[in-house]
Amino acid sequence: MSDISASNPVYRARKRNNRVMLSVSALALAFGLFWLAWILATLFYEGGSALVRATLYYQMTPPPGADGGLANAIAGSLLMVVVGTLIGTPVGVMAGTYLAEYGRNGWLASATRFLNDVLLSAPSIVIGLFVYSVYVAQAKHFSGWAGSIALGLLVIPVVVRTTDDMLKLVPSSLREAAAALGCPTWKMIMQVTYRAARTGIVTGILLAVARVSGETAPLLFTSLNNQFWSLNMNAPMSNLPVVIFQFAMSPYEDWQRLAWGGATLITLAVLLLNIVARVLFKKTT
Amino acid sequence: MSAVPVSAHGVENEVNIAVTEQGSPSPRIRSSAWMDKAFEWLTRAFAILVFSILAAILVSLLMGSTLTLQKYGLSFIWRQDWDPVREEFGALVPIYGTLMTSLLAMAIGIPVSFGIALFLTELSPGWLKRPLGTAIELLAAIPSIIYGMWGLFVLSPLVQSHLQPFLIGVFGDVPLIGKLFEGPPLGIGMMTAGLILSIMVIPFITAVMRDVFELVPPMLKESAYGLGATTWEVVFRVVLPYTRVGVVGGIMLGLGRALGETMAVTFVIGNAHRLSASLMAPGNSIASALANEFTEAVGDLYFSALFELGLILFVITTIVLALSKLMLMRLSRQEGTRT
Repeated sequence: MSDISASNPVYRARKRNNRVMLSVSALALAFGLFWLAWILATLFYEGGSALVRATLYYQMTPPPGADGGLANAIAGSLLMVVVGTLIGTPVGVMAGTYLAEYGRNGWLASATRFLNDVLLSAPSIVIGLFVYSVYVAQAKHFSGWAGSIALGLLVIPVVVRTTDDMLKLVPSSLREAAAALGCPTWKMIMQVTYRAARTGIVTGILLAVARVSGETAPLLFTSLNNQFWSLNMNAPMSNLPVVIFQFAMSPYEDWQRLAWGGATLITLAVLLLNIVARVLFKKTT
Repeated sequence: MSAVPVSAHGVENEVNIAVTEQGSPSPRIRSSAWMDKAFEWLTRAFAILVFSILAAILVSLLMGSTLTLQKYGLSFIWRQDWDPVREEFGALVPIYGTLMTSLLAMAIGIPVSFGIALFLTELSPGWLKRPLGTAIELLAAIPSIIYGMWGLFVLSPLVQSHLQPFLIGVFGDVPLIGKLFEGPPLGIGMMTAGLILSIMVIPFITAVMRDVFELVPPMLKESAYGLGATTWEVVFRVVLPYTRVGVVGGIMLGLGRALGETMAVTFVIGNAHRLSASLMAPGNSIASALANEFTEAVGDLYFSALFELGLILFVITTIVLALSKLMLMRLSRQEGTRT
């Protein structure tokens, strides 16, 4: 049979076409992986040496030409990400709870789900503009609070989405069992469905943290930057992404080196969070 | 849920609180009913909050851009000036830059994403699917500022020294197309920005394509294979037509991402307020104009112009993302399952 078809030109052309297209698809995959490998390799090559120098972690951002580290930027970033997560998570979990437990397929829940998905991919710089106009312009100064609020707004849609999805995965029989025992709905949600969906919800929060830790655009107009050590949430606050932006765009070589160090640090943290979230999630499903 | 006396039993194993003498609900049950309402309204309030964020953003951007809206009206969109000194503003250059870079990103990103999704759903051995898929997804996890920095220091010099001279050599003399490759190879410009954006949208488009390809009923594919179709024919003639709406939805999602991407573009686009047909030329996008100029802007009109840029970006991306979502919803409805 193969002899007959092998001599058929149409069949041969189809086979060839198939082989070509499939090789192209394998090439596409290689193309994607190639960039990932290249970017990571560059980061380790350029930032690796900065990363192992202890001064990076305890000295402040220097003026050009002087020696220094990123301590104030690291602290500011950590603080704002933590506060942003603390602002965004309760809102996201509560709204997600409404969508999955009460709203279900009602109009409010469906519309909120739709708008939330749009918000999930909305440009983060617009969130920065929004916080600028409702907070910074009113308070008349840039501040750590403004930065945290901007990050919190970016946390919300991620957490809403995962909370909604994870609560929906909880089997109804669990809810019915709780209700049959006379458990009021709020207690059923707190003690049964939240527990059943806990890992999923935590995964969502971790992914949200990973997403906002590298965000630069919304911080440009909200927390701005600060050369000095400051944990005052009412003052402009230094943070890694904005420092990286400023230092990388500068003509000074030692600033650029610090920027590479910071970039490597952020990428490592974000990738680690992503991988932890995935491992955690895989365990549950 | 009404509190019938029976329901008091079994709450945290406390049976003894059940019912008062007259058979009316105990305080415990009444407080529970009250808590129930309170909790439901609390969650609803947060849902309404999330519901109203987009509207709030729209209103704040509209309010921020009143001045330019009054001064220029719609003509702001096609005015070419951007002169903070004379206070003349127009959005044409950044809008053009945003659209051009995103189009370029789509031109590269769509076929590559399709290839990756095809490989992962049809070709990859089972044990490789997960690690390869995760690696591609990690591309989305890398912060955009890293893409920007890498683009500035690593990619753009290579584009300048290799890719652009090559393209000028090949296309420079071709009529019409040659216009796209006019001018000196600078490295920094629309082309590098588009190239980086294309890498950044790959994980988003791939993820959606993978998901929708998995929705195709195996029966359909097996029938095609049974008729002697090759893998490529099955994908192109069966899988793709079946999932068309979802694929377009995924592309729109990627487009929405590309349009609003800020930091990666800001590093490499060159930030020049100049309109040029050439892909080699530096330009500007809405997001990078905002990132560069907002904190340095002086004067109410300048601020207002920047706010209106933000407004335009917000409206465009919201429309694109909403369309994407609608398409994905249509596919999942036709399928009868949730994606």
